[in-house]
Amino acid sequence: MRTSLLALCLIALVASASGQTMLNGAGATFPYPIYSKWFDEFHKLHPDVQINYQAIGSGGGIRQLEAGTVDFGASDQPMNDEQLKKQKTAVLHFPTVAGAVVPTYNVTGVARDLNFTPEALAGIFLGQVKNWNAPEIAKANPGVKLPSAEIVVVHRSDGSGTTFIWTDFLSKTSPEWKSAVGSGTSVNWPAGLGAKGNEGVAGLVKQTPNSLGYVELIYAIQNDMAYGRVRNAAGKFIKADLSSVTAAAAAAKVPDDFRVSITNAEGKDAYPIASFTWLLIPDKIDDAKKKEAIVEMLKWALGPGQKMTAALHYAALPSNVVSKELKAISKIQ
Amino acid sequence: MAAPTAGLAGGAAGWVRALIGRLKTGDAAAHTAAAMFAAIIPVATVLLVTELWNRSALARHKFGFSFFTGQVWDPIAGQFGALPFIYGTVITSLVALLIAVPLGLGAAIFLAEMAPPRISDALTFVIELLAAVPSVIFGLLGIFVLVPFMREVAQPFLMKTLGYLPLFSGPNYGVGVLTASVVLAIMLLPFIVSISREALLAVPRDQREAALAVGSTRWEAVSKVVVPYARLGIISSVFLALARALGETMAVTMVIGNNPKISASLLAPGYSIASVIANEFTEATDDLHLSALIELGLVLFLLTIVFNGLARLMVLATTRRGTAHP
Repeated sequence: MRTSLLALCLIALVASASGQTMLNGAGATFPYPIYSKWFDEFHKLHPDVQINYQAIGSGGGIRQLEAGTVDFGASDQPMNDEQLKKQKTAVLHFPTVAGAVVPTYNVTGVARDLNFTPEALAGIFLGQVKNWNAPEIAKANPGVKLPSAEIVVVHRSDGSGTTFIWTDFLSKTSPEWKSAVGSGTSVNWPAGLGAKGNEGVAGLVKQTPNSLGYVELIYAIQNDMAYGRVRNAAGKFIKADLSSVTAAAAAAKVPDDFRVSITNAEGKDAYPIASFTWLLIPDKIDDAKKKEAIVEMLKWALGPGQKMTAALHYAALPSNVVSKELKAISKIQ
Repeated sequence: MAAPTAGLAGGAAGWVRALIGRLKTGDAAAHTAAAMFAAIIPVATVLLVTELWNRSALARHKFGFSFFTGQVWDPIAGQFGALPFIYGTVITSLVALLIAVPLGLGAAIFLAEMAPPRISDALTFVIELLAAVPSVIFGLLGIFVLVPFMREVAQPFLMKTLGYLPLFSGPNYGVGVLTASVVLAIMLLPFIVSISREALLAVPRDQREAALAVGSTRWEAVSKVVVPYARLGIISSVFLALARALGETMAVTMVIGNNPKISASLLAPGYSIASVIANEFTEATDDLHLSALIELGLVLFLLTIVFNGLARLMVLATTRRGTAHP
């Protein structure tokens, strides 16, 4: 009696599962809020497709994709050639939204937004620009009375796409940073204190007088934090917001494989410390239902999905990138 | 499909019934079962070590012994040395013990020997509650309460009075090795207090009475008779606490400053093995980086073995010296 009941339950379970297409994805934590919103909304429109996304970090996403345990990955940093070579099938990159990283600080007696040149930021994080009233900072902030206090540098201690974007910008603008440190999710910091997560950096900066750190734009907006303007490639000091980040994405020359860094972009309204985040999708998907579901999901995310980004403080993709991506979707076999 | 399943289930049920029958009557089955459970511990340990060993192959071959002496940790350049992390782990644990052992032992003596039983029980309950607090809570308390206190009050005081010693020469960020040690010390206290208290309470009454009978004061009886008698329990509480300190991750990483430099000053930021693994593991996309992090896990395992070995030696040495022991 009990056995037959169990068998019945099993049959019911299998039946309910077979009508559904399950997609599993894993990777970056930065886009997790928008992805979970998207996948939830998409499920409402397509009740037969269930998408499960785990924010285990970009590195983990790439590894899981390589191991074949997920249907798609997600990363805040495009995969390099070596990583692509290790994958069993070719992997396509699809930018989904853009984000930015902003300098945040706590300087005694300074209430207004400060201007930072790339040289000043590189110098501070290299440990060469040591004091707040150093000429590198003072020159960009005429009329601001900066204290002579020592700058306490705060950076992320955990491996993070935020750190990648920040160090990528410093590498592009400072040859010295490029040769001494380089860019990556974890680097060998020449100076400063490490704190875990955006909240760790923000907490330490808030508490430590005369400190300077960097956090994601979204985190800064949500927590009403003061953050500085950064000088872009056109020489203008730009405050990061959703439109200046989208402007950076629109100004960048995007190659056919979408593996591109958009830091220090050319446009005159472009915020210079911005980046895409990518979905990583294998170019061959054997299961026809899964393939169809992924293609539908991508098209939807690039269309109606883009309208949901602002509410969660992500910068939408510019139209030139969207149309280029819509064409590239046909590469999924 | 249903029939063989039922047969299998019936067979299994029969087997289980037979086993229970044998367990009720014979010792043999009980011995086997107990031995199997006991075997899980060494098997799990061996599996853990082989896994760590195999997965760290890339880093072990590339760096060899220099992994232990290298001071540079550069994931971009692919250069990995563990010394700053080993140093940070050992120094925070030892300083934490230096703070927690006198405090914890004093509290245990008070609770076991001096406090009225009802107060003792109530206080012990509160202290044991401390052990159940998740470490991230200690980390948060560290960031919001201890770090400002260290920066505004404790560290300036230390630098002013003892600043001539390299140990207290600054810099004063609030976060750093000393702050991490203080947070750890608070986390270790419940282990030391509750186990030491049990050990003290287990000392037979006649030991105390004998000491008092030959004319010693109450404090002399405690310090010269009861504590030495209970020293095995006290030592094991200290080493249990040490093991906890070596592996503590979250609370340490939140207040240590996460900077892999070896500095003479306790106020300077540092880094620990467990912290760097937790910090960098999820985003380690490079194989060598991942392999180096796994080798760090192996190093942490080695460290705990070394400290546990020392504990054994210490226990042996104290028991061999004779006098009273349980």
